[in-house]
Amino acid sequence: MAPHSTPRTSRRVAVLGGNRIPFARSNGKYAKASNQDMLTATVDGLVARYGLAGERLGEVVAGAVLKHSRDFNLTRETVLGTRLDPRTPAYDIQQACGTGLEAAILVANKIAVGQVDAGIAGGVDSASDAPIAVSEGLRQTLLAANRARSAVDRAKALAGLRPGHLLPAIPENVEPRTGLSMGEHMALTAAQWGITREAQDELAAASHQKLAAAYDRGFFDDLVTPYLGVSRDTNLRPDSSVEKLSTLKPVFGKGDGATMTAGNSTPLTDGASAVLLASEDWAAEHRLTPLAWFVDAETAAVDYVHGEEGLLMAPAYAVPRLLARNGLSLQDFDFYEIHEAFAATVLTTLKAWEDPDFCKARLGLDGPLGSIDRSKLNVNGSSLAAGHPFAATGGRIVASLAKQLNEAGGGRGLISICAAGGQGVVAILEA
Amino acid sequence: MSDLFTKLVTSPVAKKVGVPQPTRLRRYEPGLPLCEGPVLVAGGGRFADGIASWLASVGVATVSTPGDAGEKVGAVLLDLSAAVDPAELDQLRLLGAPAVKALGRNGRVVVIGTDPQSLSDVAEVTTQRALEGAVRSIGKELRAGATANLVLAQGDAHDGVRSAVEFLLSGRSAYVDGQVVRVNEATSGETDPLRPLAGKVAVVTGAARGIGAEIARVLARDGAAVVAGDVPGAGDALAAVANEVKGTALQLDVTAEDAGRRIVEHASSRHGGLDIVVHNAGITRDKLFVNMDEDRWRTVLEVNLRSILRMNEAILGDGGLADGGRIVCVASIAGIAGNRGQTNYGASKAGVIGLVSALSRQVADRGITVNAVAPGFIETEMTARIPFATREIGRRMNSLEQGGHPKDVAETIAWLAQPGAAAVTGQVVRVCGQSLLGA
Repeated sequence: MAPHSTPRTSRRVAVLGGNRIPFARSNGKYAKASNQDMLTATVDGLVARYGLAGERLGEVVAGAVLKHSRDFNLTRETVLGTRLDPRTPAYDIQQACGTGLEAAILVANKIAVGQVDAGIAGGVDSASDAPIAVSEGLRQTLLAANRARSAVDRAKALAGLRPGHLLPAIPENVEPRTGLSMGEHMALTAAQWGITREAQDELAAASHQKLAAAYDRGFFDDLVTPYLGVSRDTNLRPDSSVEKLSTLKPVFGKGDGATMTAGNSTPLTDGASAVLLASEDWAAEHRLTPLAWFVDAETAAVDYVHGEEGLLMAPAYAVPRLLARNGLSLQDFDFYEIHEAFAATVLTTLKAWEDPDFCKARLGLDGPLGSIDRSKLNVNGSSLAAGHPFAATGGRIVASLAKQLNEAGGGRGLISICAAGGQGVVAILEA
Repeated sequence: MSDLFTKLVTSPVAKKVGVPQPTRLRRYEPGLPLCEGPVLVAGGGRFADGIASWLASVGVATVSTPGDAGEKVGAVLLDLSAAVDPAELDQLRLLGAPAVKALGRNGRVVVIGTDPQSLSDVAEVTTQRALEGAVRSIGKELRAGATANLVLAQGDAHDGVRSAVEFLLSGRSAYVDGQVVRVNEATSGETDPLRPLAGKVAVVTGAARGIGAEIARVLARDGAAVVAGDVPGAGDALAAVANEVKGTALQLDVTAEDAGRRIVEHASSRHGGLDIVVHNAGITRDKLFVNMDEDRWRTVLEVNLRSILRMNEAILGDGGLADGGRIVCVASIAGIAGNRGQTNYGASKAGVIGLVSALSRQVADRGITVNAVAPGFIETEMTARIPFATREIGRRMNSLEQGGHPKDVAETIAWLAQPGAAAVTGQVVRVCGQSLLGA
């Protein structure tokens, strides 16, 4: 019998850079762009930035949350339309808003164990070019007609059609198990944690101001490639202020206590992002300088269905597990990238980590994780300003944080992204 | 790029009724012969023999007199570099006239002289300066895509003359007509004629579209690794160009303080060095002088001129452009002749000519050459937007009676970037089909 081969040791995984198209509010500039169009443009932009035309990569992993059935092989079809070597394999994943970061984790892990040397992780979403399905009644009728063996049987099957069947099924931003929208879920959690309207508006205004400043100083010159005449995220309001935001009416939550507005919640957005990950050797061979190292990641889920925990609270659970595994405290970071699904999501997460009872009862810790230096939070703006094309947010954050760490001359960054279905994906980058 | 008018005037009907037809110019493609037909070499100057034996070595037939049976020659090469007395100018007529008569379509007339600036004897300077007037006039008489150009040698070294002659005979110089190219005594090694820029790293600014994109393509075709730069707002078109030439895209505003440093950093970290810089990025903001506002004036001068001065500091600094490197700027006919509504643009492009002349002397000891090309009427998206009548006049008012292609500008730049063009520096080569403007 042949001897067992020895497992390879783990390799460091470099984040070499990223690319995204500017994010656009839905039914706007990208209304007619498909997921495949946007992802292709994004990957081609990455290929151009890093000189990868004709290069065969280990794999390209990406996904979309809102996906047409025809896009069953979205990422592979995208690769075939790019300047990458068509012999580059690809596959789709989907983990709601965690898709982009989870894609990066998958590629990073393959690189770490030596299964691939380099890969692209990405994500794309269009809330404009959304898949519309036929109603369940019409679908069943059509399937029955298709199964029918004679013209008479087919006619009988089609005779079952009712006018109501003709209404299309449009995708909804609703949790299937609770019937509540994500915003309504978040409003419950925000109320439970006593997150004020002012705090949310402050966070939102800061997000816009920081993103605008980052654009102005050229931070995105090598992170963003224009698309369809758009060069900056269309949701960005550089002159956003707490005063302006305070005039908006709440859209989620009930009664006087409602705090969540269109201003402190992310809008539906279209866009795509991609990140280039590789082993150190591959990077050196291709004369590419690692911006940061993809250190570790963790995914958690909570039981929000039975009301035990808030829908978007899973990152609060994932982070302490990640910290423990890496022997770090919450304060051992130079930058924090907490995805702003809603301003309240960020604030609730931070408050939970400061809360001794929550940390003890829910996280099983001896004491609170504590507070963070807020000046290190989302330093170049986040989803409230940029927008949030679901699967594209992970790639946006990984690339931006890696560049920020590189610019700072080193340091450690934490990424935290909440996702539908009560999930949370978190990761650590170092430079 | 062909509009309805061009289609009409080049239609068979128009041809029949006698509308003058522009000749389809012979343009360079790798592997095509240097010129169509044998080269008539005459004149007896100090370069003729060397050029003739070089032509033989690259498989081009040479003759010393036109054939009897009305055979066409591909080019006429007259070496009058030894002429020291105006009486000797008669040689030009004696040897040249029958030769030019035998010149085929897309033929070439190249006269080699001695640069009057390197001479002091009055009769000698007079004689050599006279060549320029004759050659420019020949250019205006030639038809069917043929061109006439003058190479002025500053010494006895052959390398520069050979490089200039090769360029002027080839399809690379399709739209270069009535020009004077001065070559100094710098020597250069052998290069692969099919990939003269192999192993070189080139940066092209303004590479997202038009002439810049074509420069990127031609430099890549000639073997260079290309960094395609353009403003972040043009990033999508830029990415397409960079991917097409298998280069890298660099989204960069040339007016940014750190633009030069970023170019150097990108080229050296990603491609291992920097050998060629093409300052192509440029804009127009036209307005009559009396109505010219501060914004239009400043923006044009900032993008077209001051940014180049600033970037050059980093490019010519430590760890920047390699010794033997090349800087090529894109000037304009407007910088030579001036143009209505373009005081700002004309100033910026004339400034570029001054820059090239001064900087070339400053970096000569490092083997770096600094040159400019000055495009005339080039068929681009930009010129397609010029009002019809103005466009048609611009297009026709030159010896070749047609607009040039972006490729023509790019080919000239690629030649100036070649190692073989080491002897050409401080020059402005017009790619204008011998435009009547600024003549």
